[in-house]
Amino acid sequence: MTEQMTSHKPGSAAAPSPKDLAARSPHREAPRLPDDQPQTPAQASQASQAPQASAQAPQAPASTQEPADPRPHGKTRATGAQALVYALERVGADVVFGIPGGAILPAYDPLLDSRAIRHILVRHEQGAGHAATGYAQATGKTGVCMATSGPGATNLVTPLADAYMDSVPIVAITGQVSTNLIGTDGFQEADISGITIPITKHNFLVTKPEDIARTIGEAFHVASTGRPGPVLVDIAKDAMQSMTEFSWPVAFDLPGYHPVTRPHARQVREAARLITEARRPVLYVGGGVIKARATQQLRELAELTGIPVVTTLMARGAFPDKHPLHLGMPGMHGAVAAVGALQRADLIVALGTRFDDRVTGKLDTFAPGALIVHADIDPAEISKNRRADVPIVGDCREVIADLISAVKAEHEQGRRADLEAWTAQTGKWRTTYPLGYAQPDDGSLAPQYVIERIGKIAGPEAVYVAGVGQHQMWAAQFIDYEHPCTWINSGGLGTMGFAVPAAMGAKFGRPDATVWAIDGDGCFQMTNQELATCTIEGIPIKVAIINNGSLGMVRQWQTLFYNERYSSTDLHVTDEHARPTGTRIPDFVKLAEAYGCEGIRCEQAGDVDKVIERAMAIDDRPVVVDFIVHKDAMVWPMVAAGTSNDDIKHARGMAPDFGGREE
Amino acid sequence: MSRHTLSVLVENKPGVLTRIAGLFARRNFNIDSLAVGPTEHEEISRITIVVNCEEHPLEQVTKQLNKLINVLKIVELEPGATVQRELILIKVRADADSRSRVLETVNLFRAKVVDVALDVITVEATGNRDKLDALIKVLEPFGIKELVQSGMVAIGRGSRSITDRALRPVERSA
Repeated sequence: MTEQMTSHKPGSAAAPSPKDLAARSPHREAPRLPDDQPQTPAQASQASQAPQASAQAPQAPASTQEPADPRPHGKTRATGAQALVYALERVGADVVFGIPGGAILPAYDPLLDSRAIRHILVRHEQGAGHAATGYAQATGKTGVCMATSGPGATNLVTPLADAYMDSVPIVAITGQVSTNLIGTDGFQEADISGITIPITKHNFLVTKPEDIARTIGEAFHVASTGRPGPVLVDIAKDAMQSMTEFSWPVAFDLPGYHPVTRPHARQVREAARLITEARRPVLYVGGGVIKARATQQLRELAELTGIPVVTTLMARGAFPDKHPLHLGMPGMHGAVAAVGALQRADLIVALGTRFDDRVTGKLDTFAPGALIVHADIDPAEISKNRRADVPIVGDCREVIADLISAVKAEHEQGRRADLEAWTAQTGKWRTTYPLGYAQPDDGSLAPQYVIERIGKIAGPEAVYVAGVGQHQMWAAQFIDYEHPCTWINSGGLGTMGFAVPAAMGAKFGRPDATVWAIDGDGCFQMTNQELATCTIEGIPIKVAIINNGSLGMVRQWQTLFYNERYSSTDLHVTDEHARPTGTRIPDFVKLAEAYGCEGIRCEQAGDVDKVIERAMAIDDRPVVVDFIVHKDAMVWPMVAAGTSNDDIKHARGMAPDFGGREE
Repeated sequence: MSRHTLSVLVENKPGVLTRIAGLFARRNFNIDSLAVGPTEHEEISRITIVVNCEEHPLEQVTKQLNKLINVLKIVELEPGATVQRELILIKVRADADSRSRVLETVNLFRAKVVDVALDVITVEATGNRDKLDALIKVLEPFGIKELVQSGMVAIGRGSRSITDRALRPVERSA
């Protein structure tokens, strides 16, 4: 634990006193990590903080009278609910985000006694799910959320779908009505395992107490291995109330689950051969590289081969933005150099990425001259959208490490690509068409400027969490990411309302890091209730509301594609001429204060730095900054939906000149 | 478009069929026929699915099926090296005038009469799709009152068994 999360603000009447986190420190036991996996910086710092946390918890009740490891050994008589909590402790869960209710009540009783697991009481189950995702994305560990049956469980549907699209390892535990009521339309009954089949990696319905511990073990195993993803465990109430025997470890019963992690040597050699023969290669890097903890290997491969790198929305931070080989983000709002390089490549080495439509644009015009090497841990992604010439199934860390060896072997044979002309060309595109924006001429704030300044002042060690829309794209574009796990967003599903709860989960997982939620005023109104959780539980996130008074991205499309007819995108109170009246509903500063947060408003460019610095100085409660920004700012560059990447515009009506085809 | 027969070995657990059928629907695949039943291992069920599609989407749906945790193994059965059978029950009109001609047809197809009433007889036949289609065609003029089919089941020829190595030992948690 860090000082910032345990510090109190003495005498503060405005902010409720945060609970003493140290007394129930989730990090009292060092996180249990698989031995063969290197720690992320976050995990390393947590581990090193752990002894300090113990030292900071002198009032931990009766800690000296208890055995060193209070977890049950051998076979222990337990209720199903106790077995659930014991199993969660054994798989290394240190936090559960959730809300109790009738069917899950049995689980909450033994949870109260757990010293290893802290429960964070959220205000809406969606918040619990996104918090688990934020925690998982920030730490690389598996996030846990919990809800009751029926509406509690269905409120998890959005975060489960979100985690599924972005391959985030989370485990959702839901109570189900008792076995004798299942199928009778009982009170608060919903077939959540049926509902979530298409949006989970796997799910379980548990009706026997003796199956609970094994299923929890299996759920964490499935969620965190192979291509990670969400797993739901639905447990009937009577199974939690009945007695069983708990023992650990458990034998998994997963005869059909065998993720392939070791790449095929011949495919790797073939890829290395193509790499040394290519004249215009690009490394197309996706979120899988971060999940595989392969960013060091990626850097080594890029520097060994001299191949330019593009990082997708899910991979921002996988390769340092300041690195000279980095061309930026590809796709609909990608950098001109990144999009242009992919289009003109003769070889694309795709690593942990899935040729999403937001990256490829019109698929049959994407990178028409490129051979494709596609490495992914999920065989179903390979050749799903674009046919791979060299498919490689495997974990990205192993794939890239093997590629490095194979390329070195090629180099030793004197086979090495000459990429000087290509890197000169891509470098020229990068300097000719840098990301940029215009200052509004009416003196109002440019949203891009606000986000850029937050990135500069909070720096590359901070964690940035975005909602979905214009602010998300600007945060991906105008903040420089130098480290993995510092950029967290909802990529695949595009879930508005993701930022505040995900930032809460990220901050809980990395209490030593500054966590900024970059949010839109539309998004913020979907999940801001979790600010109450942040304040009460002592999770001091910082929220920058990029407040343009409208659903900005939708408005941008209305401007560009719907003749400026602004149907239902204005969030302000407007007069009869559709002009804002200046009345703020809600007033985000007052709302922040109502939640016990520090609320600040900023409307002038000259105040931006001061306000950010003031927000950075507050560590004892959440901070919400309401940045009032220009409403007509647009995200550029842009490839219009369904069109070819060749038709990218770097500003409205302006197409970049890539010059003749590089030969 | 061509017809493909997939033999899918799955864990014999509740809800598995839903996962498989749902995946086909979700990925926009039409199932021509589906038959499911237990195998010689009580913990394994076998689903025979016939789909009509191109090669590339078939590869994609096979990969997606393979990702289902409860799916143990998928084999595409080549028609030439496979015995394929469907079962059909047909209730066909047969009064005193037509009964002998119906029975003649039934015998030609080596089908069986399994039930007789005053105005109908019920015929059971097994065979591949072509044979059953031909049977239906020749019985149609008599008047088919009701018809039910099983969906295709198929098994590879020769001594090899696809269920042999579908079961692997359990893993243990840390």
